[in-house]
Amino acid sequence: MNDRINSYKTGPDENGRFGNFGGRFVSETLMPLILSLEEQYERAKTDDSFWAEMNDLWTHYVGRPSPLYFAERLTEHLGGAKVYLKRDELNHTGAHKINNVLGQIILARRMGKTRIIAETGAGQHGVATATVCAKFGLKCVIYMGAHDVERQSPNVFRMKLLGAEVVAVTSGRGTLKDAMNDAMRDWVTNVDDTFYCIGTVAGPHPYPAMVRDFQAIIGKEAKEQMQAAEGRLPDTLVAAIGGGSNAMGLFFPFLDDASVNIIGVEAGGKGVNAKMEHCASLTGGRPGVLHGNRTYLLQDDDGQILEGFSISAGLDYPGIGPEHSWLHDIGRAQYVSITDVEALEAFQLCCELEGIIPALEPSHALAHVMKIAPDLPKDHLICMNMCGRGDKDIFTVAKALGVDMDTGA
Amino acid sequence: MTRIDRKFAELQAKGKKAFVSYIMAGDPDFDTSLEIAKGLPAAGVDVIELGLPFTDPMADGPTIQLAGQRALAAGMTLQRTLDMAREFRKTDDTTPIVLMGYYNPIYNRGVDRFLVDAKEAGIDGMIVVDLPPEEDSELCIPAQAAGLNFIRLATPTTDDARLPKVLQNTSGFLYYVSINGITGAAEAEAADVGPEVARIKAKTDIPVIVGFGINTPDKAEAVAKVADGAVVGSAIVSRIAAGDSVADVLAFVKTLADGAHRA
Repeated sequence: MNDRINSYKTGPDENGRFGNFGGRFVSETLMPLILSLEEQYERAKTDDSFWAEMNDLWTHYVGRPSPLYFAERLTEHLGGAKVYLKRDELNHTGAHKINNVLGQIILARRMGKTRIIAETGAGQHGVATATVCAKFGLKCVIYMGAHDVERQSPNVFRMKLLGAEVVAVTSGRGTLKDAMNDAMRDWVTNVDDTFYCIGTVAGPHPYPAMVRDFQAIIGKEAKEQMQAAEGRLPDTLVAAIGGGSNAMGLFFPFLDDASVNIIGVEAGGKGVNAKMEHCASLTGGRPGVLHGNRTYLLQDDDGQILEGFSISAGLDYPGIGPEHSWLHDIGRAQYVSITDVEALEAFQLCCELEGIIPALEPSHALAHVMKIAPDLPKDHLICMNMCGRGDKDIFTVAKALGVDMDTGA
Repeated sequence: MTRIDRKFAELQAKGKKAFVSYIMAGDPDFDTSLEIAKGLPAAGVDVIELGLPFTDPMADGPTIQLAGQRALAAGMTLQRTLDMAREFRKTDDTTPIVLMGYYNPIYNRGVDRFLVDAKEAGIDGMIVVDLPPEEDSELCIPAQAAGLNFIRLATPTTDDARLPKVLQNTSGFLYYVSINGITGAAEAEAADVGPEVARIKAKTDIPVIVGFGINTPDKAEAVAKVADGAVVGSAIVSRIAAGDSVADVLAFVKTLADGAHRA
């Protein structure tokens, strides 16, 4: 099974490709920078002192390992499969994002970079980046779409408290993809001192592979924890996907375990239909090239990129990591979509039954668990990544439910 | 030999520097930009860079981004951009047209079909910002095989070790990006550009044209002096954005062209 030829874990190739996806579609100015990053990362990967530093911070700063929690009342309510939640929402800063940020910032320090830039959608990656920059005394600039600045104001304030400069991006339509464009524009302008800390498994090689490797701690722990709890592998993995880093992190260590079903859940917004009011790149898009990689994208007939639409700012991206595109095409993972309405129902159910306020992103994953669990046998083990906590989303949810936050009515 | 190769051979024979101008196809609308394009050769433009509108122009500053948005809002597409080139060719069969943009609209159309259509429309070469030498098999090699020039960008970060790779499959001319940054942002300094161009010219015989950060006739002259020519984009596009008449835009272009030709 782990034989190289039959393994799903050998990618990307030397050109950064997962099958036909991935690559290095960047301007010449950035090419030397990503080649140098690749070289540094290759060196760090096999450097014990790098991983010792990571492990120490993961343990004492982030609070890893995150628990694998048996959601007993939820399981009982659904009446089928046993549902386990991988509690990455308990990490410092409230989401899985920090797993990756630590790795990139340690690399940046090794490369002598003093200024860190990042894009953020929901603000979770921005908060994680601002946090680690504060810890190491690095200058931090976060690019965030003007629309997201408005709907995720608690995270904007958090980033500012942590000393970061938050740039509200108004170019294009002022969303996550525009924030990524502006971060790249900053990077080509400040090549000498700046490190671009990408928050998901997308972008030019080596980012998709590097971010996956940093997030793979999620799946590695889950595998050991499930072994301890049930004495075997889970039967089904479920995770939400915007760019796809929490999902890739959970999935990767299980790719060669043929008995494990893998399901990625995209944001279906108002429904995956002709009006494109969703961000389900795999279910509603087709391959194209954006932000340094070839992957499935939401685009029109002319190859112009469309805006995604989702109640969750963290899933609101018209693309997806290239490795997911590849896993989709070869059929190793299955990708489905969940609407805003379904995610909101799951959000409320999780609060009521488990005393966990989930972020809207994993609420999409949970909504899919709610769909499949009832029809599965009671000994079927589902492991879902609870990748973020919902404190940041309470205003959005209140609005969607028609609650006035000032009066609580 | 493309119109680009012929144009540079002709300029070289006359001992003249090239003036290259950029406009976004369809900005502010199809008819106006076609009218501007048709007037460029008489205003002294040796090579026309025709911008292909794209929603996510990552290497461009606000001026070019907004031009693309105006063009898209006015209904511009890759097909309409090729139509515009074809219309231009009805009255001018010598001025080279270089299509400049990003890969996705081309990839979306299909590389083979695009190359046939572009050639048929009278396009001579292309600059595709997000296709570095590492991705040459995508479009660069097929384009050269189809008889179109693939013009590469070299930048201040392209060091001596990397330069041969950048030069390898470049044809027509090399576009030296004078600054680290985006279009229309910082200003180019001829004093910095000169040694860089000399470094590149020591390694290649193809013409080296300098762009980014050139916005006045004097700057065009100073830069053209230390290279084989100069490119102006954002400064012209801002005139179009400001609503200048076609005649005024072309008069401004002429001052820039005269500057470059004084060099």
